[in-house]
Amino acid sequence: MDKLELMKMANEVRKGIVTACHSAKSGHPGGSLSAADIYTYLFFEEMNVDPADPKKADRDRFVLSKGHTAPGYYSTLAHRGFFPVEDLTTLRKVGSYLQGHPDMKHIPGVDMSSGSLGQGISAAVGMAISAKLSGDDYRVYTLLGDGEIQEGQVWEASMLAGHRKLDNLVVIVDNNNLQIDGPITEVNSPYPIDKKFEAFNFHVININGNDFDEIAAAFKEARETKGQPTAIVARTLKGKDVSFMENQVAWHGTAPNDEQYATAMADLEKVGEALCQM
Amino acid sequence: MSDVKKIATRESYGNALAELGKEHADVVVLDADLAAATKTGVFKKAFPERHIDCGIAESNMMGVAAGIATTGKVPFASSFAMFAAGRAFEQVRNSIGYPHLNVKIGATHAGISVGEDGATHQCNEDIALMRTIPGMVVINPSDDVEAKAAVKAAYEHEGPVYLRFGRLAVPVINDNEDYKFELGKAITLREGTDVTIIATGLAVSESLAAAEKLAQDGISAEVINIHTIKPLDEEAVIKAAGKTGKIVTVEEHSVIGGLGSAVCDVVAQKAPAKVMKIGINDVFGESGPAVQLIKKYGLDAESIYEKVKAFV
Repeated sequence: MDKLELMKMANEVRKGIVTACHSAKSGHPGGSLSAADIYTYLFFEEMNVDPADPKKADRDRFVLSKGHTAPGYYSTLAHRGFFPVEDLTTLRKVGSYLQGHPDMKHIPGVDMSSGSLGQGISAAVGMAISAKLSGDDYRVYTLLGDGEIQEGQVWEASMLAGHRKLDNLVVIVDNNNLQIDGPITEVNSPYPIDKKFEAFNFHVININGNDFDEIAAAFKEARETKGQPTAIVARTLKGKDVSFMENQVAWHGTAPNDEQYATAMADLEKVGEALCQM
Repeated sequence: MSDVKKIATRESYGNALAELGKEHADVVVLDADLAAATKTGVFKKAFPERHIDCGIAESNMMGVAAGIATTGKVPFASSFAMFAAGRAFEQVRNSIGYPHLNVKIGATHAGISVGEDGATHQCNEDIALMRTIPGMVVINPSDDVEAKAAVKAAYEHEGPVYLRFGRLAVPVINDNEDYKFELGKAITLREGTDVTIIATGLAVSESLAAAEKLAQDGISAEVINIHTIKPLDEEAVIKAAGKTGKIVTVEEHSVIGGLGSAVCDVVAQKAPAKVMKIGINDVFGESGPAVQLIKKYGLDAESIYEKVKAFV
């Protein structure tokens, strides 16, 4: 996909996010919207995955360590063809396979169950170690929140990843600067994020995580990096492209009501129309 | 009993892993800086490339094991019971139990027989914690023969398994040709008609000795070895309840949530009978030589004998 196509797809992914959360009357739109461009790039460009064969042995792996942003993950998987886009409206409902947090047992394309913060990165490290053990050349990607990295387990996992020189592992931090209780700088600042990963022997790349040129360049650089894992610190805008959600901590884990949903979809339609003019 | 061969089940764990590693290339062993103590060092020596030392980070180790399991290999994550089941409980629950991943947890140094290290390292709560996780198999072998068989059975079972081992050398009691380990199947070691002693782990050999002493007093005690606490052999419990009507459970674990509780669940619902639970009575342990602690906390043959005699 070229950049414009990716932007259009990310716009569709964002519509799926607000639609799913609106239907569920709960969920986490803010951090799903901030990471929508990263999700889109990963599943439409970067990763070797096949919706027709979600469990194929040589696929690249993805672990959503910040599992609460499942709406972004699911919307991306649906648009990529892993399951019907219409199913997004079953999110969080009794009997639906689209659980509130990723469930590898029931959701096509989900490589690891996650949601309890700090745990997904450990599983990703395990997958990367396994690939090294058996000489497989698949790559492993994991997406973390910037609040999530307050969890000590993140650094236990990072220490092991750096120590074992896992150059098949890419850790992405969605640095949208907000967590439930407020700005991360006020709650318990994890900054400097880049220097922390550097200290754990990662190759670190700082990017604007809502810019496809920078996202593409970062993943390319990660592929070319040998002998150490890569951490991409992606500065993003929480709630991106939904006017009233942007940079608003209240939209971390709140679903839009009918009126707000209409506004959100109108905002996203506008973004989509502008992209069609390009 | 001084001529009886004694081996700690943690030794059995290490040796069984080394054997398993020879037969199966997909066996991977993880440790958290305790390979010398959990005895996975034996495996490490034989297969250094398949031994992953995660350092002192048990929570991460459980997640790493989960990740490895998703790729089709069979990881054995090893640490002390305190850290495997205690510290990393939530990782075991959410990263291993919830997705029902094929991870085997080798938890050594369980119970008060840890000895001198004291209460911080004596985990008397692990069986209770692990058996609450849906789909988790919980095995507490009684000796070297059973421990080695359990490791093999755990490998062959698809899904998460918690294996509980001890630090203290315990008598080898299952060294006979008829011995057969079947996951979830109790083993009747001694027939009896007056009372049934249901024991697990190192309490099995102590219970056998207690039964011998009871026989001298004319009390016929049946002894059942429960190596698999989950899934529990409910039929064996129901049969015992019907046969003797008096059950004594013995375990090196808290009386809350362990074998005793599991047996009571069955008895209360399906076969009402009088039950006495022998175990750690809702207290923390303390430092001291393991054998002395076992006596002090009432898990030695003499203590079991006295309690059963009073119960019958």
